[in-house]
Amino acid sequence: MTLSLHLIVLLPFAAAAAVPAVARRFPRSAGWLLLPLPAAIFASLLVWLPRVAAGETPAAAWAWVPAFGFEFSLALDGFGLLFGLLIAGIGTLVVAYAQSYLGPDEDRSRFYLALLLFMGAMLGVVLAENLLTLYMFWEITSISSFLLIGFWHTRTEAREGALKALLITVLGGLALLAGFLLLGLAAGTMSLRELADRAPAVVAHRYYPAIVVLILLGAFTKSAQVPFHLWLPGAMAAPTPVSAYLHSATMVKAGIFLAARMGAVLGGTELWFYTITAAGLATMVLGGFLAVQQRDLKALLAFSTVSQLGFIMAMFGFSTDAALAAGVLHLLNHGIFKGTLFMAVGIIDHATGTRDVGRLSGLGRAMPITAALTFLGALSMAGVPPLNGFVSKEMILDALLHPPVAPNGFTRALPVLAVLGSVFTTAYCLILTVKIFLGPPAAATPKPPHEAPARLWVPPALLATGIVLLGAAPQLAEGAVVVPALRALGAAADRVHVALWHGVTPALGMSGAALALGALLYWRLPRVLPILERLSAFPWNANAVYQGLLRAAEEGAQRWTRRLMTGRIRDYVLYVVGFSAVLIGVGLGRAGLPGLHQALGSLSPLGWVELVTCLVMMGGAFLAAAAVQRIAVALGVATVGFAMAVLWFLRDAPDLALTQTIVETVSIIPLFLAFGFMPALRHRWTGPRVHLGNGLAAAAVGLVVGAVTFLAQGNRLFDSIGTFFLENSYLLGGGRNVVNVMLVDFRGLDTVFETTVFGLAAMAVYALVASRRERGGVVRPRSPLMINPIILPAVTRVLFYLVLVFALYLFFRGHHHPGGGFAAGVMAASAVVLWALAFERTAALAMVPVHPRHLIATGLTLIGAVGLGAVALGYPFLTHGFGHVTVPGLGPVEWATATLFDLGVAFAVAGAIHWLVAAMSDGIPLEQEHIQAYARSRPEHQGGE
Amino acid sequence: MELLLATTVAVVVGAAVYLMLTRELLRVILGGVLLSYGINLALFMAGGVEKAAPPILNSDGVPAQAMMDPVPQALILTAIVIGLGVFALLLALGYRTFEEHRTTDVASLSGVEHE
Repeated sequence: MTLSLHLIVLLPFAAAAAVPAVARRFPRSAGWLLLPLPAAIFASLLVWLPRVAAGETPAAAWAWVPAFGFEFSLALDGFGLLFGLLIAGIGTLVVAYAQSYLGPDEDRSRFYLALLLFMGAMLGVVLAENLLTLYMFWEITSISSFLLIGFWHTRTEAREGALKALLITVLGGLALLAGFLLLGLAAGTMSLRELADRAPAVVAHRYYPAIVVLILLGAFTKSAQVPFHLWLPGAMAAPTPVSAYLHSATMVKAGIFLAARMGAVLGGTELWFYTITAAGLATMVLGGFLAVQQRDLKALLAFSTVSQLGFIMAMFGFSTDAALAAGVLHLLNHGIFKGTLFMAVGIIDHATGTRDVGRLSGLGRAMPITAALTFLGALSMAGVPPLNGFVSKEMILDALLHPPVAPNGFTRALPVLAVLGSVFTTAYCLILTVKIFLGPPAAATPKPPHEAPARLWVPPALLATGIVLLGAAPQLAEGAVVVPALRALGAAADRVHVALWHGVTPALGMSGAALALGALLYWRLPRVLPILERLSAFPWNANAVYQGLLRAAEEGAQRWTRRLMTGRIRDYVLYVVGFSAVLIGVGLGRAGLPGLHQALGSLSPLGWVELVTCLVMMGGAFLAAAAVQRIAVALGVATVGFAMAVLWFLRDAPDLALTQTIVETVSIIPLFLAFGFMPALRHRWTGPRVHLGNGLAAAAVGLVVGAVTFLAQGNRLFDSIGTFFLENSYLLGGGRNVVNVMLVDFRGLDTVFETTVFGLAAMAVYALVASRRERGGVVRPRSPLMINPIILPAVTRVLFYLVLVFALYLFFRGHHHPGGGFAAGVMAASAVVLWALAFERTAALAMVPVHPRHLIATGLTLIGAVGLGAVALGYPFLTHGFGHVTVPGLGPVEWATATLFDLGVAFAVAGAIHWLVAAMSDGIPLEQEHIQAYARSRPEHQGGE
Repeated sequence: MELLLATTVAVVVGAAVYLMLTRELLRVILGGVLLSYGINLALFMAGGVEKAAPPILNSDGVPAQAMMDPVPQALILTAIVIGLGVFALLLALGYRTFEEHRTTDVASLSGVEHE
């Protein structure tokens, strides 16, 4: 019984979601409760191990966005398995260790949530079979790392370290995404397995250099290669279990993982070799150089990690079988010994209260177990036999002597650089061991040194068994994980020979030299240190560059924001319309001339009535723009609206003509508010130059829109889908008014949303205007529209019902003739508007017995019921039925569920407009008795004071 | 005919943009209304300008030879109704802005914290 691949990746995410609940219930022991999860994943991976070692590659795929080649596909090959074991294995130990490491009152919920998020994401990275799947998990590791570094968020260095890590890794991640997309384009696939087969085509592709640079940017930032190494020391602000897990054993190796994976596709070229090897060895030397100068034990380990990562990274630039084998094995070994070291340093920190190298000394007597663990880890890192680090380090040194290109100055420098880096390694390993644990006990540490409880040292001790085991018997790792991993990377795996003792070789000599020189360096360190420090104090170090860039970005963003975001609506409108006009105008200028010619060649004859109508419209528009009085502006707009209705009628759009007329009429209602309660327009606010600028911008926009309109109708590139609706309206929708059938049937879902939006708008108006006033508003000026002549009320008493009857008529003929739910709804509401004009606004409301809110709700419910009724009968949402029934005495009568739908629309629209009237008329100063009458008519509002 | 309608679109849209660039809240809002008219007309023209029968089928449900494209009409019908809702909402917002800040000068509202 084992977990499926998807479960392995997704279970940590599911557990992360459950963490808050678990931690709330058991705030102090959440870690123990979560421990079975990584252990189960580790066990599952072990169960997969024999099959993978035998050459199988279990795979599973879920389609995600198949159109873009985006699959959530996973595969477990030897290399992924090696990483998976590291992630789950060290993850298990870290979950246990952190449980004891964190203080009893620290927020375990947040910690374990981010940790499990990371675990799932990292497993996703190494098991991903698709580039985009890999990328997604890659970014989640960056985010969870950010959260974990910033765990102690009250500390400045934690926040800064988290931000620095996030910025650098995410910028690298973006480069990686670009590289992946280019790679996908070049290879024609996003699948890693298929990519490997297309390597020759990719290498020959013209995108190849860009792909390599972009993908390596991602890999180098993640694995802290020079000059992107600076985030890793900053990441040490995280709790030590996190440093042990993410920032030494697993996440920082993701870059190396990527370089190794991509090496199978992109590797073997000079570009690949020189870039990676140079970056790797430079990182190794610089990391070691900086590590020996650190006073903080964790910073020392951080730079040591940087150094070791460079050392391993260089191997995957070589792409030779021996180098791949050395890299894979050292990857595993480094995860083991560095994880041990970090946890040991965490124990020292806990037990003494300090990590300052200068204040720690002679701890060996008080902390024998921690001392033993640290010695094992450090000696292994320094490459002392018979520990695991020695085995893989020998292999790397040996591989460095056999470069894949013809020997030149560069290749000859490689072994020298490696030995130089190793000298530093030896020196800082001696600091970790001899300086800290041997010698006289320290004079004063914040806490008296004492051995940690077992629950703290057992996890690193378990890990340390690996140091001894894989050192004494490295062939254990060879067959189980190294050879399958190499096979996955495309190496001819059977030629690898892993052993503790290779005889006296050049590599052994290099190792010996590094140990001897390193010991010498450690011995003379007090003398050498000032020189090293002076060397590293040069002003152009990476940190200064980072800070400078960060500051420049922040200040630049602020400057631009201040310049563009003026807070004046006029400027924003200008940006929008100006940019659109320029963009479209340029496009027109480049492509529009032939179209213009064609459009001018096929003009239809001018109609005189249309000419007059259009002139009226233009006149109205000019009036609106130029008028000083607001009534004139409104009149101009209304003129355009009514002329438009005439135009619709002339151009054979009767439904539009009808709706526009009614809407124009009802638009008076909102204007009540404007004219009643807002001050008259003033026109001395702007000077002539601004007016001129506005006029020019307006003219430009108008010109561009007009030109687009003119050209668009002259260029009919394809047949309109209108033909389909014309032909099928009666067949499928049972209605002869095609526009209406489209609204209630073909595009019914649009109408559902539209009606909802309309109702919401009415609700919002009510909330903005009326509800406030009910709580006792300000005294308002008197409305100028309080007209109460004699004739209008008299006529209205009759007209009110006539309008309602006409609305009914519009509704029932709508399916076959101009009319329909919208028109009927607005028309019905306009009866209320009429009443409001003729009498008191409140009286108009009292004419309708239903609260408009309920009217809207009824309408929307009806619409939903019609739609769901279709679903209940097994049809898609909003499928309509229609037909004829024979009613005795009446003959055949038509029925259509679309009518019910339209009725819902009519209800909702009428209710919404009714409510607008209610809201806006609320604003009009009412006589006291009217207010009381109104309150009586709406009892539900009385209690809401 | 096409030129006439396109010119009308240009004039209406131009007047609308001009109004939206002024400092008076009510003008800005009415400019928005005018803009929707202009765009509706432009949309209508996209369906073709040639004179044809309205998109109403005969009693057999068969389309006539030359019939107007119903798609722009359906879209515009929706736009007209929504336009009314938006107009009312904008005016209500403008009214409340005046109520809160005692000004309808858009420029002097810049940087004002809401409520």
